[in-house]
Parts: sequence; structure tokens; C-alpha cells
Amino acid sequence: MTHLPLYQQLLDSCAALLLLLSFAMLSQRRVVALVNLYAVQGAVLAATTLLLAWRTGQDHLYVSAALTLALKVMLLPWLLHRLIRRLQVHRDTEPLLNVSGTMLVGLVIVVFAFSLAQPITRLASTATRSAIGIALAVVLLAFLMMITRRKAVSQVMGFLSMENGVLFGAMSASYGMPMIVELGMALDVLVAVLVLGVFFFQIRERFDSLDLHHLESLKEHQ
Amino acid sequence: MNAIDWITQVLEVVVAVAAAPAFLGWLNQCRAWLQNRRAPSLWLPYRNLHKLFHKEALIAESASPLFRIAPYVVFGTMVVAAGIIPSMSTRLPLVGSADAIALVGLFAAARMFMTLAAMDVGTAFGTLGARREMMVGFLAEPALLMVIFVASQISSSTALPVITDHLASGHLGLSPGLAFSAVAFILVLLAENARIPVDNPATHLELTMIHEAMLLEYSARHLALMEWAAQLKLFNYVCIGFALFLPWGVARAHIGPIGLAVAIPALAMKLAVAGAALALIETVSAKMRVMRIPEFLATAFLFAVLGLLVHVLLKA
Repeated sequence: MTHLPLYQQLLDSCAALLLLLSFAMLSQRRVVALVNLYAVQGAVLAATTLLLAWRTGQDHLYVSAALTLALKVMLLPWLLHRLIRRLQVHRDTEPLLNVSGTMLVGLVIVVFAFSLAQPITRLASTATRSAIGIALAVVLLAFLMMITRRKAVSQVMGFLSMENGVLFGAMSASYGMPMIVELGMALDVLVAVLVLGVFFFQIRERFDSLDLHHLESLKEHQ
Repeated sequence: MNAIDWITQVLEVVVAVAAAPAFLGWLNQCRAWLQNRRAPSLWLPYRNLHKLFHKEALIAESASPLFRIAPYVVFGTMVVAAGIIPSMSTRLPLVGSADAIALVGLFAAARMFMTLAAMDVGTAFGTLGARREMMVGFLAEPALLMVIFVASQISSSTALPVITDHLASGHLGLSPGLAFSAVAFILVLLAENARIPVDNPATHLELTMIHEAMLLEYSARHLALMEWAAQLKLFNYVCIGFALFLPWGVARAHIGPIGLAVAIPALAMKLAVAGAALALIETVSAKMRVMRIPEFLATAFLFAVLGLLVHVLLKA
């Protein structure tokens, strides 16, 4: 039995937890619970960043952790909760694939992501290199969530979760991105949520529903 | 192979057979306390079995010999299973004959005889129960196998005592793979033993029942054996859980006979805690619709496979 140091075990557990949370979001139908899961995912990500910052002594990771905490655990969930309250969407409609089917597809995706990350893992030299596969899986699972959902809010949640995966991937492959890119990304996400919030109201006003299925036809009356 | 090992082996089987009804009684007691009811006696399952053994056995006219022998086969399978699960000691003479995969096969054999017997008489309820049992079974079995594979990946063996020995000795630390498979195992345990989110063990003659529906045609000693076998199955599952995830206190190879003196109180303590925990799970969750069960078991399978994948990935 290899004896991993404690911080390594903690990092691995956090990575596994992120993957689990991705699956939980994939199976969750209630939009409010989805936002809460997103906040938890953000919190785990912040904890991982903090752990890594303390371990490697890279100061910019502290800023990154603080940014994650402020934006993804507090500000964005608060904004999204307010949006959901005002839009009165509580439950996504039945997705394109049933829950067990989505889960099995998700498992295949995880296997794919893990095998895809294997060569990258061999090249990287960071302490968290084995978690690259998990980061890739989180990104692809978020993709899957965006594909299988119909309501606009759930698709945005998928988008946000994907951004979490990207950030985690950057962290495990190279201890985070340059500060300027990270700040840009945080701003991007914030603006995206604000703009999409406006979009939601427009879509609902136009179609009386947040089902994006309506946007697929060119004419209003078929 | 010395005398102590054989005594341990016999003791383990005897304790499993004797304590299984008490464990169910303890679980029911905890559940009653949690639900603010007056708890039934701990010995109620024994009195029940005693009562059933002294009644006259009635068998449907259309029943074939299979119906008669099924209770003995099911009970016998569970006793054999109790013999190969290292609940007290990892030095058991019999375990060389069967590993964890064979153990899953034993449970499958018991399930097959039970469902065939339920369909044998040809009543609607029996057939319904048998079909549902098979639906639960075919989804729960792969999940259980995956759970065992995670543990055998860690200890590079599929023999339960070796796994237990390895897990009890190693400074394993936090293992996300093992944690995931523990969750999967709890879900499988609930489904396989007809506990609350999947089946309600306290109801008779309801359209939602699974396990009880299969036993409706049995009476007297046959019913007693079937019920005892079900209690033994629950006991066995809990002991598999201890062997895989809570191996502390089990007498290991180098400890010798003194270890046994520690192992028995440790087992009793673990059983008491596990019974209370199961009662808590059953109290806080509501029975699912039958059509939701595949989803529940798909989640168990997902946890188990994730555990395996994460373990393989993070070990590299």
C-alpha cells in the first residue's frame, strides 16, 4: 500500500467530491436544488484551491480561492435564486433522457475522460495531476447536462458547472491560470449570468415559457 | 488449520444463525423508538419462529416438490454464506472454498429458488412478487459485484478474509473510492433485504410489496425457515459491510485465540450501531414507487462504478 501524504488524500477526496456533485447536478430536477448544488461545488472548489495554495505556496491561488468563494458560493447563487423566484420556475420538465439513462451515459463519459487524460497526466508534474481526468469529466458532464435539459435556467447551470470544471482542470494541470485570465473568466461568468437573466425575461415574455424547445422553430406559428 | 480455527468457524455460523433474529428484533426496536411507538420485545422474532415451527404446515394442492424444498435450500444457502463471511476471524478453514464472487452467486441461487417457489403455486401475488424480486435482483447484483471489486482492487484478492485482513492492517487513510462503494453498498443492502425505501417489511397484502408477496403461500415451518433465512440474509449483508468497510476488531491471523475474545464484543457493538443506523435510514426515508426502484439501484451502480474508476485513476 502506498502511503500518500495527508494533503494528497484530502485533494483526492475533494476531486472525487467534485465529480460526485457533477452527477448530483445531472440527476437533479428541481432548479432551486440545482443552484444549491452549484454553490456546494463552488465551495469544494474553493477549499481545494486553498489547500493547494497552502501546499504549494503560490500566493495567487489564495486570490483565486477568495474569488471563487465570493463569486460562486455567494454572489451567483444569490443572483440565481432571485432570478428563479421572480421567474417562478421550480422544476425542469422531463429531460430528453430519463435519469438512469443519463447516469449511464455519464458513466461512459467518465471512462472516456479518464482514458483521455491518461497521457496528459503522464506529462504533468503537479501534485494534483491525477485529478486532470476528473476535471475533464466534470466539463463533459456539464456538457451532457446542457444537452439533456430543456429549460434555459438548467442549461445555464450546466454552463456554470462547466466553468468550475475548467478552473479545476487548470489548477490540477498547472496550479491555476495567470491572474489576468482568471479575473477575466470570473468577470465573464458574472456578466453571462446577468445578461442571461435579462434573456430569460425576454424569452418568457415572448413564448410564455422558458423551454428552449420553442427557439428551434423559425416561425411563431407552425 | 488447527482446532481453534475450526472452533471459530463453527462458532461463527452458530452465532450468525442464532443472532440473526435478535438483530432484526433490535432493528425493529430502534425503529419503534424513533417513531415514538412502544417497542416490541427484542425476542419477538424468536417467539414468532417458535410459534410457526409448532403449527401444522399447509401446502397448496397445485404445489410441486420445488415449493417444499425451496425453504430448506434458501435457508441452507444463507447458512453456507454465513460460513464464508469473516465476521469474527479472518482465519476460517472454509473460506478457501469460496470467494466474494461465489458469495454473490450463493445469494443469486437463493433468490432463484425463492422466486421459482413463489411462481410455483400460480397465484397472482406470488408471481408479482417474484417478478419484482428479479427486477431488484438483476440491478442490485452488478452493483454489489462492483462494490466488491473496489475492495479487491485495493487488496488484490477476491477472497473476503484476505480483503478484511488487508483493510484492517493497512493505514489506508481517506479513500474516496472506498467511500463511494460504501454508499453503494448501503443502497444495495436496503434493496436486497426489502428495507424501507424499496420495500416495506411491515406490510402484508398491499400492492406495493415485494418480499412478503413471495411468502404468502407459505405456512408453519416453511414460513419460519423463509423468515429466518431473510433475517440471516440481512445479518450476512451487514457482516459483509463490516468485512469491507469496518474491519476493525476482527481477529486476524497473528493475534490468535485472544483476538476472538475481542472480536465477539466488537461484533456485537458494530451490530448494535448498524441496527440503529439502519433504523434511522428507514425512519427518515419514505417508500418509493416501484417504478422508481430502477433509478435507486442505478444510483447504487453509479456509486460503485464511480468508486472503482476514481480508485483506479487516483492510484496512478
